[in-house]
Amino acid sequence: MINLASAGLVAAPESRRWVLRGHAVAMAAAGAAFGSPLPTRAGEVAQAASSIADTARAALWLGPDEVWFITPVEDGAALEGALRTALAAVPHALVDISHRQVGLLLQGTDPAWLLNAVCPLDLSLAAFPVNCCTRTLFNKAEIVLWRTGPAAFRLETGRSFSGYVVGLLAEIAREQAA
Amino acid sequence: MLLIHCPYCGQRPELEFRHGGQAHVARPADPSATSIDEWADYLYLRENPKGLHAERWRHVHGCGRFFNALRDTTTDVFVSTYRCGEPRPDGGSAR
Ligand SMILES: [Zn+2]
Repeated sequence: MINLASAGLVAAPESRRWVLRGHAVAMAAAGAAFGSPLPTRAGEVAQAASSIADTARAALWLGPDEVWFITPVEDGAALEGALRTALAAVPHALVDISHRQVGLLLQGTDPAWLLNAVCPLDLSLAAFPVNCCTRTLFNKAEIVLWRTGPAAFRLETGRSFSGYVVGLLAEIAREQAA
Repeated sequence: MLLIHCPYCGQRPELEFRHGGQAHVARPADPSATSIDEWADYLYLRENPKGLHAERWRHVHGCGRFFNALRDTTTDVFVSTYRCGEPRPDGGSAR
């Protein structure tokens, strides 16, 4: 595995993740358990306090009936328990994808420039503001991109794609440095 | 790069999309009452127009949804995109 730092990356804190599919009634029930209404607009991220002090849970809009939950591993049991209870009587699918994904934090002087080397999305702050998220492509690999700050992104990718994504980012970072 | 307007996400790069064949192909409501020729038409016969074509597209690397698009096959211009279940916006034939 290529050195994360050479690609401007830091591993995200160990996290739990679920994908929720369902209609508005399921989203409303899950929002009550999550602690904040779930996002309904394309690319919106909602956050709420987790059960662990000074940490937050996030809910990412990825499709009109699809929301991802990401939370620190210590909050996992509390969030999952609340979601399963709230959703018990509502048609839905809530699937644990914690171990399928790898979370990477991309920071530095111009992380959007690094991403745009192989990702064609408009990542200007006007088009992709802080707390905007989307699924997209990083060259050949599918990623979920979440802008956590003006110059900070969280990338989520499949575990088996992570070597490719990190290696390619390292190559692009060499070009940026040159 | 060609931008395609996803009805759910807005303008997005074409790389995120996948073509899904002709739109508005309705499955016969009662297959057992359908002749074998009509069934073969439903399964295999598709139009190949020079000009406007109603097609299914999927935002596979975005929101994951299927939607319909009216595309000009001679210029590759997407005239409009619309959600599944909505009528073809130019009123053209919906075979
Ligand atoms: Zn979309």
